[in-house]
Amino acid sequence: MNDKTIRIFPLGDSALTVEFSNSISVSVNQRAIALANYFETESFPGFIESVPAYSSTTVFYDLLAVRKNFPEFSTAFDAVKSIAGEGLKIVNSSDEGDSRTVEIPVHFDTESGLDLEFVSNNSGLSPDRTIEIFTGKSYRVFMLGFLPGFSYMGEVDDRIATTRKETPRTLVPKGSVGIAGTQTGIYSLASPGGWQIIGRTDLEMFSPNGDQPSFLRPGDEVKFIAIK
Amino acid sequence: MSILIQKGGLLATVQDLGRDGYRRFGINPSGVMDRAAARLINILLGNDENEAVLEMHFPAPQIEFEVNTIAAIGGGDFSPQLDNTPTANWRPFYAKKGSVLKFAAKASGNRSYLAVRGGFMTDDWLGSSSTNLAAKMGGFGGRKLETGDRITCKSKVKAQKTKVNCRISNGLIPVYGRFPTIRIIVGAEFAVLMKKSRDLLFQQDFLISNNSDRMGFRLIGEPLQLAKPREILSSAVSFGTIQLLPDGQLIVLMADHQTSGGYPRVGHVIARDLPLLAQLGSSDKVAFHLTDLKQAERLAIEFERELSFFRIGCKFQANSW
Repeated sequence: MNDKTIRIFPLGDSALTVEFSNSISVSVNQRAIALANYFETESFPGFIESVPAYSSTTVFYDLLAVRKNFPEFSTAFDAVKSIAGEGLKIVNSSDEGDSRTVEIPVHFDTESGLDLEFVSNNSGLSPDRTIEIFTGKSYRVFMLGFLPGFSYMGEVDDRIATTRKETPRTLVPKGSVGIAGTQTGIYSLASPGGWQIIGRTDLEMFSPNGDQPSFLRPGDEVKFIAIK
Repeated sequence: MSILIQKGGLLATVQDLGRDGYRRFGINPSGVMDRAAARLINILLGNDENEAVLEMHFPAPQIEFEVNTIAAIGGGDFSPQLDNTPTANWRPFYAKKGSVLKFAAKASGNRSYLAVRGGFMTDDWLGSSSTNLAAKMGGFGGRKLETGDRITCKSKVKAQKTKVNCRISNGLIPVYGRFPTIRIIVGAEFAVLMKKSRDLLFQQDFLISNNSDRMGFRLIGEPLQLAKPREILSSAVSFGTIQLLPDGQLIVLMADHQTSGGYPRVGHVIARDLPLLAQLGSSDKVAFHLTDLKQAERLAIEFERELSFFRIGCKFQANSW
């Protein structure tokens, strides 16, 4: 990756985003996660949290504390930018940490897979073949967002990739496994949404009372298993 | 030792200054919309600034005090009355057991805050008292307050003996207009707006749509356009981020915003002005004024300095309660 393409910009007066590129790639995402982890472990006075996304890392900070602790910089942004610059020199894609492989059992019956027929027809395949292709590979959790515990995963095989529904559903059932283009994701909560629903899992993706409220973490590898 | 919601209002929730640390799991910070108001009334009562408060929309709940306490109201002015006697915002008042607080009419702002001396007992979740309505967690059972709910107060004060005469200096009391000028800094995609759209951002008035809530304020104005279409990958957004929607209209992300977004970021409301924006309601208007990061930081630090002087004065008074 060419570091010259990296953009660092303010996300308001109390956050900063390091944008690596504007395309989805595993190595870029690994670097974004590694940089986010770097901030979490190294921290700095005023650090609040870091949030990795597809190809960026955002750092939230308390601007007052940053200014107080880094008076040599004319703005808190400049101070955090400099810290980010140090982090970028150190972290590599390989520093992402332990990647977990997680198996998720999924019901692919027509009742759970509300759009399975549509996706199959759209792809010119049988539902069984669609499921076979979908479960035939593992998916990387690039990021979480949208809902507590909602995972953005990729990449879905081009043969079954299907664009979002033209009119979103007002209520997608909890646990629904959806496709949006080459992305796949699991609705951690019942919610309005426009992804094409091909199945449903009984696993809780969001357990608010647990130590780890989100079942999945950025960087996980997910393997869907069809429930027979 | 509690307050009783005798009549539930439109939307009243328990909030503190927000839940940090879990954005990477899609858990948004929630928290009060008007942070300055919540902090000010907590300081007035000698509380920790992050102590939970009630955030009320109009019509606001009718509340009975089942404990002798000192309370303070701030933010929007909903014409509060204690036992049918008007009581002022931004001024602690003694509420004796059995007294009833009502809000008669909306005089200014759209979110009013109630705090009690010592704070409320709340359902904490991931280190915060804020209600997360999507996750149904935190605050009061993870939901809005309804008729019959009782919120326990952490402490009470001795009856009668209490003199309450401190208030906020006029300079610190926010003035909530229905057409404020809000300062913003440019966002990452501001530069790729068409020249005319960049001008329009600062030269027109935007109407707050009635389709606005704690998640975001939708603005209605002459549509803005990008110079060329731009695909943006989802990435973190923040409270105050102004996004350009596909139809050319803007949305300002507010306290309950989702953690990530993929729309062009044309600007960000500065922290100092966010409370003034947060008090707007549908049919109010807003104009944006361009400032830079350096100025935004300077204004935030200036405000903190004023608060720190105020805090010292209030602590002194509160210690006598």
